Amino acid sequence: MPRTEFTPSIPSRPVYSGLSSHGSSSALMLAEGEGAEAILDLAAQDAAVMDRAHLIFIPAGTGHGPALRALGAKSYVEVPGFATALDRYRKALADAHMGTRLYVAGSEGMIGQAVAEALAAGLPADAIETEHRGGIARRMQCVHCKGITEGVTTDPFLCAHCGLTLFVRDHYSRRLGAFQGVCVDAETPGDVPAVQEIKP
Amino acid sequence: MTLRFNDETFRGDYTFRNSPQAVRRFPFPFDQDSYMYSVNLELHKGGRAGSVFENRFDVDEHYVAEMRDREITLAEDPLRCQSLPHMELAGWDFLELVMTTKAEDYPDLFTLHRDGDRWHWINRPLNIEQRFTFLDATTLPCGPMEYITRQTQGDHALLDQRDGNLWMDAGMITSQADWSLDFDIGMNFFEWHAPVPKAHEMGVFQRALKFLLNLQQGAPVRRLNWTMTVNPRLDTSPENYHKWGPEKRTITPGNVGEKQFLRVELQTLWRLPRSNAIAFPIRCYLCSLEDIVTVPKWGRRLHRVLRDLPEELATYKGFAVNRPMIVDYLAQFDDGAETSPGIFPD
Ligand code: HEM
Repeated sequence: MPRTEFTPSIPSRPVYSGLSSHGSSSALMLAEGEGAEAILDLAAQDAAVMDRAHLIFIPAGTGHGPALRALGAKSYVEVPGFATALDRYRKALADAHMGTRLYVAGSEGMIGQAVAEALAAGLPADAIETEHRGGIARRMQCVHCKGITEGVTTDPFLCAHCGLTLFVRDHYSRRLGAFQGVCVDAETPGDVPAVQEIKP
Repeated sequence: MTLRFNDETFRGDYTFRNSPQAVRRFPFPFDQDSYMYSVNLELHKGGRAGSVFENRFDVDEHYVAEMRDREITLAEDPLRCQSLPHMELAGWDFLELVMTTKAEDYPDLFTLHRDGDRWHWINRPLNIEQRFTFLDATTLPCGPMEYITRQTQGDHALLDQRDGNLWMDAGMITSQADWSLDFDIGMNFFEWHAPVPKAHEMGVFQRALKFLLNLQQGAPVRRLNWTMTVNPRLDTSPENYHKWGPEKRTITPGNVGEKQFLRVELQTLWRLPRSNAIAFPIRCYLCSLEDIVTVPKWGRRLHRVLRDLPEELATYKGFAVNRPMIVDYLAQFDDGAETSPGIFPD
């Protein structure tokens, strides 16, 4: 699956400009699902990028594991999901020293959380590279109950926590790694527009 | 001028009222018959006697009731007040600014005694007396920003300055025009302004930010912003949108004059001395259309501004659905006569 091209949007909406090699500097890599292909492309561009790389992979139902393992990163580990990757990932961020690069590739929700963790751990924003691959589902914060609903592909959608019907905004918080969802029938309760698939 | 504080509410039975004096001093935001976004910043160095610009932090007849309303909002949703850990010093800076200026500008209402870092603050309208040690948060009942903003009308954001940008890293936001501090905290100037239409393309935010990065201590600036609110409601937050949203649809030709309010924010910007942060008080004034039109110049002008406002702005400000009724109502007060320049009544 190629890199996702998003339509131009408002300035808070993140852009994922793609991975490009910074050579054999110390690196932390986090890939999820189709994001594996971004790492494979990166290594094809410059094999040296793997020399001092720690690679964490969340397969998300894809079979890219063996190809990634074969890249010969300094360490390689597969984990079932972001939640299970979190402690390991935080430790790696805490151990990172000046000059460590972070490469993140996969779904928007995973990138959002991974970048939020990295920034909170003090990694400078310009040490982080991101590439979006795979589905365009969004991670949404309900502005009313503050609950996060993962994997939202329709507009409007139901908040998984408070059950309000929310519309999907482009306004995005890097701290939360989430877009904002707002009650769609607040002014006219029950009057909900037809459900549509969200677009890139 | 001795102030009498109104006993009134900003929710439920909505007993909020402006006295005739409060209407006369309402900061009408239009200095001409049309409106578009601009970098409308000017020095905040006083203004006409009796106007809301006269003092550095305006205290008016709604003070006590507004602070009571804030207390209700905070009890239901403590996330309206947040401060990232590195912002405590800015909170102290802001507390000092408010206490010293209010004690100077309103000596009958507020008193501050300082003996080194041992401070003694008296707030008579709210019946508060507090002795504390400046810069020692354990000597206050809560953090310094929360402490002082529970006693200061308006919302307040504290902006950290770094990497050539401003970052909204703390705030007390309980009377906002539909934006969320919990969502926006940690964002930079361009990110939190992202939803605003047109202004980015016009270069308004680039120029405004450049100006603010050079803001000097002792030379605060101000601007007016405005929107429309149904009922005199301070808490028009997105958090509670599903609760106040239905009220927006209760406007009829018969009640629009009474229920539709022009909501004006007097925003000031202050460089803070120790933290180098910027304090951004957003002071909200509400005035019903029927009170506005008691000033003939304002009635005429508001009609023209709202009638001709680009649809994108009316939609963004959330009153597009009610605009026809508002404009019809105001048309009765517009005889086509010329209006004088400036915002003040003739
Ligand atoms: C530095 C402190 C400031 C803060 C914290 C701040 C915050 C905000 C926020 C949160 C919004 C609402 C955005 C949304 O829809 O979610 C907003 C709107 C806006 N801001 Fe600012 N702002 C600041 C300074 C300025 C300055 C200096 C200007 C000068 C041009 C400005 C111009 C605007 C405009 C034009 C809007 C749209 C308002 C409307 O149409 O109702 N802001 N601001």
